[in-house]
Amino acid sequence: MLRARFLIPLAVFAVLVVFLGVGLTLNPREVPSPLINKPAPPFQLPQLHAPDKTFAQKDMLGKVWMLNVWASWCVACREEHPNLVELARSGAVPIFGLNYKDEREDGIAWLARFGNPYRVSAYDRDGRIGIDYGVYGVPETYVIDKAGVIRYKHIGAVTPEILRDKILPLVKELNGNA
Amino acid sequence: MRRLFALLLGLIVAGSVFAREAPTVAADPLLEKRAMALAEELRCLVCQNQTIADSHAELAVDLKNQIREKLKAGMSEAQITDYMVARYGDFVLYRPPVKATTLPLWIGPFVLLFAALAGLFYYILRRRRSAQEQPLSEADEARVRSLLESNQERP
Repeated sequence: MLRARFLIPLAVFAVLVVFLGVGLTLNPREVPSPLINKPAPPFQLPQLHAPDKTFAQKDMLGKVWMLNVWASWCVACREEHPNLVELARSGAVPIFGLNYKDEREDGIAWLARFGNPYRVSAYDRDGRIGIDYGVYGVPETYVIDKAGVIRYKHIGAVTPEILRDKILPLVKELNGNA
Repeated sequence: MRRLFALLLGLIVAGSVFAREAPTVAADPLLEKRAMALAEELRCLVCQNQTIADSHAELAVDLKNQIREKLKAGMSEAQITDYMVARYGDFVLYRPPVKATTLPLWIGPFVLLFAALAGLFYYILRRRRSAQEQPLSEADEARVRSLLESNQERP
């Protein structure tokens, strides 16, 4: 009887520790996207480097590709950028950019300075397409399959671990299945 | 002095040239009221504990403009809410819908309250019972009596 009474606070404490421990591993900024396994929202935007040409998500039907939302004003973009440049060099998956709420000259200068991993960057000046893709914290990265369906979304900087553990295996799987 | 003044004035004017335009507000006050009422219901994902009505984050300003535009285009509040949920998920709603994934959110507090009340009830009941179950033993009663008597004898 006496022992049970002393064990109760300990049990409560243990439960609390478990909850707090789980809470520490969660990132409140990572909100699960409702767009996973939904068709990528359609867009047709002028290209960053060639305003007279456009890029549309349907240009990529039949291919597995990566859409990376970036901006020259975004600090985390600079952090992930070397990883994207490396990925582009490896040729594992074509990367396309969505230049989000940026000045055209700034975006072009930024790519000239840090390297351009993108086949094409679409230029989303007013962020309208960003809203369609549920973008709230640049950088964000989407993996889109051959049918034009979003299969994966990563919020925040893409790290080598994310590439190795999540993105590359998924790309491989998506390429193999069709 | 005058030159400095002119320079300062020039700087102020130059500053306003680069200033951003004020956030757009719908011309129709009724529409603006509806837009803000809806914005109060939506969470800003950039600064997560603010509504998009309160937030000055760029995304929140954009979303407010989207709301105004869509209201002007004749969309209903429910349609705009669906538009937001389709992009940002249930998380944008300050009042999430009741469904399987949000059920713990809705009933969790009541479950905890009920558990706490049950625990308290059980504790009180047990305490009362244990208090009743201990009548004084013969020896204790004798001791009480002797104490009382000795007290009376005290001057």
